[in-house]
Amino acid sequence: MIEMNSTAQNAPAELGNSIRTGSGPSFDRRTRLRWANSAFRIACIAAAGFVCLVLFGILFLMFRTGILTFQEVGFAEFFFSTDWDPENGHYGALLFIYGTIALTALTLIISVPFSVLIAVFLAEMTPKWLRNTLRPVLDLLVGIPSVVYGYLGLTVLIPWLRDLTGKPLADGLLAAAIVLTIMVLPTISRVSDDAITAVPKKYRDASYALGSNRFQTIFRVVLPASSRGIVYAVILGMARAIGETMAVVMVIGNTAQIADSLFKPTAVLTSNIVMQISSVEFDSTWNYALYMMGFLLLVISLLMIVAVRFLQKKGASE
Amino acid sequence: MNGSMNGSTNEALRSEAPYSFGKRNGSSAVFDKIFTAVVWGIGILVILFICGLLFMLLKNGLPKLTWSFLYSIPSEIEEGGGIGPALFNSFYLLAISLVISIPIGLAAGIYLAEFAPDNKLIGFVRICVEGLSSVPSIIFGLFGIALFVEMFQIGLTILGGAISLAFLNLPMLTRITEESIRSVPVEMKNASFALGSTHLQTIRKVLVPVALSGLVTGICLTAGRAFGESAVIILTAGVTTSGVMWDFNLFSPGETLAVHLWYVQSEAIVPDAGEIAQKATSVLIFIVLLINLVFRVPLWLNARKTRS
Amino acid sequence: MKALIEIDKLNLFYGTFQALKNVSVEIPQRAITAFIGPSGCGKSTLLRTLNRMNDMIPGTRIEGRIAVGGTDIYSGEVHVETLRKKVGMVFQQPNPFPKSIYDNVAYGPRLHGVRSKKQLDEIVESSLKAAALWGEVKDHLKRSALSISGGQQQRLCIARALAVEPDILLMDEATSALDPISTLKIEELAQELKDKYTIVMVTHNMHQAARVSHQTVFFLNGEVVEYSETEKLFSDPSDQRTEDYISGRFG
Repeated sequence: MIEMNSTAQNAPAELGNSIRTGSGPSFDRRTRLRWANSAFRIACIAAAGFVCLVLFGILFLMFRTGILTFQEVGFAEFFFSTDWDPENGHYGALLFIYGTIALTALTLIISVPFSVLIAVFLAEMTPKWLRNTLRPVLDLLVGIPSVVYGYLGLTVLIPWLRDLTGKPLADGLLAAAIVLTIMVLPTISRVSDDAITAVPKKYRDASYALGSNRFQTIFRVVLPASSRGIVYAVILGMARAIGETMAVVMVIGNTAQIADSLFKPTAVLTSNIVMQISSVEFDSTWNYALYMMGFLLLVISLLMIVAVRFLQKKGASE
Repeated sequence: MNGSMNGSTNEALRSEAPYSFGKRNGSSAVFDKIFTAVVWGIGILVILFICGLLFMLLKNGLPKLTWSFLYSIPSEIEEGGGIGPALFNSFYLLAISLVISIPIGLAAGIYLAEFAPDNKLIGFVRICVEGLSSVPSIIFGLFGIALFVEMFQIGLTILGGAISLAFLNLPMLTRITEESIRSVPVEMKNASFALGSTHLQTIRKVLVPVALSGLVTGICLTAGRAFGESAVIILTAGVTTSGVMWDFNLFSPGETLAVHLWYVQSEAIVPDAGEIAQKATSVLIFIVLLINLVFRVPLWLNARKTRS
Repeated sequence: MKALIEIDKLNLFYGTFQALKNVSVEIPQRAITAFIGPSGCGKSTLLRTLNRMNDMIPGTRIEGRIAVGGTDIYSGEVHVETLRKKVGMVFQQPNPFPKSIYDNVAYGPRLHGVRSKKQLDEIVESSLKAAALWGEVKDHLKRSALSISGGQQQRLCIARALAVEPDILLMDEATSALDPISTLKIEELAQELKDKYTIVMVTHNMHQAARVSHQTVFFLNGEVVEYSETEKLFSDPSDQRTEDYISGRFG
């Protein structure tokens, strides 16, 4: 700034000279600035590159370790057998894949209706003061550690379920699904809430002006108009449910058997990995199989990101 | 209410134009009322239910807390063990992971918001960030094992746990930075450029200060999540501590409070495991709420001020 | 012409702010009535009381009487949804739903219980024809309503309002967001529609009021300064303020 002032007083030729890079009395300072600028730029590029590197590092290591499973285990056995007995050389992962799918589906069946209703409640029905109280409360719930929810399930929910059903064991899919519901509900509700709130008021005006009541306006105009945002919210919740580990481990029972009942102890991909990984040798088929299961989880999560991207692209083109 | 339109009160409206849609029945209006009642009921009940459960956990644990529980050494066999080293490790590990992830996350976020030309490359970087943010935490744990236990052979350590946790934080921090920087009005940026600032100066003197409140909130959210994270830590830092307080050694095993809660509840054999778990839970919830609240309250107040 | 809407000593408050002061107006049937006045004078507020869209703004309070066809629409016996079905509304910004053209027009009839496909087809066609849009969109009824031009969108909104067979059509500055050619089309349309419908339009454009309306109501600061037949109001206003306004001295 100071150099600028001094040159501005001088002849036009001097001014012309001074705005040329690297000339004039401010040579040192300007070069230094320019140098710092490009160094910073490079640092930023490197950081962004590093983030990509981490993702590919993960993908590579998971794949390289996981693929070794198939040196000893057949492809078909891994994916289509439900016999998981690594001590005796049986590596059927289907039961965990099934467990993860069943648990996620059950969680969504319970949580989506509740979450969407709560989103409608927040966005359309509550008076302002209540909305301004409940939204932060839900945001806080999102931040509660998953192990706390697991503990909650283990010490509160499972005894309740046991009393309710009269069964000696209540660990299993239902307990896990309820715990996961409590976990994902704040997320799905808040993201859907934002999507519903973003629906322009003019659509509501038009609908009311045609003689709709609130129920009709919400179901025929507001929810369809925000459906993309709600689907996005559900995918977020789904990703969380699929990848959740600790809350599930504490309530699912951790038994390698396929769940044919809601109350039968079983296991899912994540819970099986965390329970067994620390007790196996790194260079063993058992360990490789666990990594292969991790790789599966990774692929599923990345596919969901692709789905979200697709939704967004479709939204932008309309 | 509804029937009255077809009744005598509205002769005029009815006589002006014959209805072509048949008689309007009351079902949709009744539906509306039921729907409103159901939504109110569910909205209030579910939120109260979840909050009530958490409140119960706090109520069960907080009154039993003593100072000595917070800093004494856990015991494997006898009653009366504390959570000192686990609590310390929680903060220590969190601090190291943030020291690693904040600079990288900030720089990557700034790159996405400011430097990246809008081309294929930026799309690719953004997909990577989103992809990474969707990776389940247990995968970061497996990655950590493969990297630190297997490749570098350092075993289950605080360092390995902190770096793995840093990887978990990275995408979140990147996105938060990008969003905060992008939300700065472009006029402010132009004003800075018009005064002859370089890009770096503009970022340092204008963009980051203006975006600071968003950045701080985002970092706190990330910190709150990382503080309660357990799957990554179990796999990379283990379920034991070195058994001494204030152990700054990066190569010690690094069980954190969240892991300790899981451990005492599912594996431990001490007779008072249940009570330790209750107390540890309340401490965990309390700290996480504190991290979230302390940095949000000023923002809420600020938002309230600007709104009115 | 017989009065279809009678507004009698109406006061309207938003919280403590009085937006309408002692307004009394009669609106004739099957004719176009225009509300004019500077911004913030209460003309849109009055329009929105006619189909009770103001109900949705918290803190709104109303005194006085508005009768449509002799029935006080603010009495407890009136069903708001049915009232709005009989009193259609077109807004300042074209606001078709993010659905297809067909679904936009069919929205109202479906809402009020029409299920048969054939009947819906007929209503959609006749409404679009009445709104002078049929020729332009008949080949792509399934296209998104957001893909047509602003002027077409506004006529679609008129068609959507007509599809529920209202008696009264409220137009809240319905042309202010449109280009001159679209504006002209809407004005012509209003002229055609007045034979079947009672039209009340709010306009910020005095010339539009003079061009299309039969009766003009002039508002100032929440009060009705005067109202009379459009020709008389513009050629021989009885109040000095009206004369000042229409001669462009303020507003």
